[in-house]
Amino acid sequence: MVISNKPLQFIIAILIACLPVFGFSNTPSEGKPVQTETTAVAHEAAPESGEETSEIKEQIKEVIGHHVLDGHDFSLFEYEGQHIGFSLPIILWDNGVHFFSSSKFHHGESVAESNGNFYKLYHETIYKTDAAGTLTEEHGHPTNAKPIDLSITKGVLTIMVVALLMFLLFTSLAKSYVKNGGISAGVGRFFEPIVLYIRDEIAIPNIGEKHYKKYMSYLLTIFFFVWFLNIFGLTPLGINVTGNIAITFGLAVITFLITNLTANKNYWGHIFWMPGVPTPMKIILAPIELLGVFIKPFALMIRLYANIFAGHVVLMSLIGLIFIFKSWLGSSLSFMLSFAISIIEILVALLQAYIFTMLSALYFGSAVEEHHHEEAHH
Amino acid sequence: MEIPKIVGAGLVVIGAGIGIGRIGGSAMDAIARQPEATGKIQTAMLIAAALIEGIGFAALFAV
Repeated sequence: MVISNKPLQFIIAILIACLPVFGFSNTPSEGKPVQTETTAVAHEAAPESGEETSEIKEQIKEVIGHHVLDGHDFSLFEYEGQHIGFSLPIILWDNGVHFFSSSKFHHGESVAESNGNFYKLYHETIYKTDAAGTLTEEHGHPTNAKPIDLSITKGVLTIMVVALLMFLLFTSLAKSYVKNGGISAGVGRFFEPIVLYIRDEIAIPNIGEKHYKKYMSYLLTIFFFVWFLNIFGLTPLGINVTGNIAITFGLAVITFLITNLTANKNYWGHIFWMPGVPTPMKIILAPIELLGVFIKPFALMIRLYANIFAGHVVLMSLIGLIFIFKSWLGSSLSFMLSFAISIIEILVALLQAYIFTMLSALYFGSAVEEHHHEEAHH
Repeated sequence: MEIPKIVGAGLVVIGAGIGIGRIGGSAMDAIARQPEATGKIQTAMLIAAALIEGIGFAALFAV
């Protein structure tokens, strides 16, 4: 059987497919650095104790908890107490703009000073504090005042990179039609069928021939944006953007606004005065339908967030098994499982982008649908 | 006696699992009967499964 007639590309593809296995990078900003694989191997000979195992479990929990949060610096990994990565700008609004580099926080270890105010980073949240960096705690949560945080965090940086990437990819696709006499060229040949699929299989059947054009730009943007961010989340950079509820909330709000602002008379008629049912039923249905207007985008938000969030947590927990078992058998089991889950996650990344686009198209379709029933009765 | 919230969430997940399983099974039957309609069936299946999945996640987040 010929697997591929281009062995080099095949090998590169396999290597890229293996990358998500190493897809955890953020290490806790406080406490002991998590053992790297080499130290875990060195521990193999050491006698195991229950106390040590529970300590490692705590560390794994901490790493996962840190990974799923947005970061104020781009820390790729931590090796022997040294953070490898780069700093990001911190922008705070606290009676005036404060602008400084996140390196001032030293990964949450020290207090940053800016224009006479002191700030401390605690679990990726910035608190106002004094020169000594004291945090008054209550039920495990600091009660210090929080400035308005407008920083360019890891997630924001990734969104900017994805936006730029999409802009370059799709303008090059558009230009290649002109240059190449109506035929796409280069990387556009990969994206052209996907664009056509979204038009022919998602937009036209759900929205209809008459209205689909004005929604195409949004549907294409949302599909590629969510897809690229999902795929970026599986790279070793350790980014979790679509697994952040603030991002999915923003996307769902845009769908909500487009649905309701472009809706026609029929859409509102079906919500407040459902045609074709007895009058008492119309009164009962109105509040339920009105609630449905808000539940639809809410479900959209939760679905994307929970799928990506859960995927990251499962993947990192499986990798964490290596440090719990500390044997070649456990490690190879963990490797096999995380490899399988990574492949499923690649599928989920595409599927969630598809579902988000599909349901958005469905909602837009319901907003612009014309009334058919009355014509049929005449 | 108070029933913990997590039991309720578990029940919802069981319900969602049964629901998605039935959708998948029915889609398989339908594809076996009419292989030429595979594309349309798959689309409808994914939408229905995604809607149920939303309820499942909502239950998990209520815990």
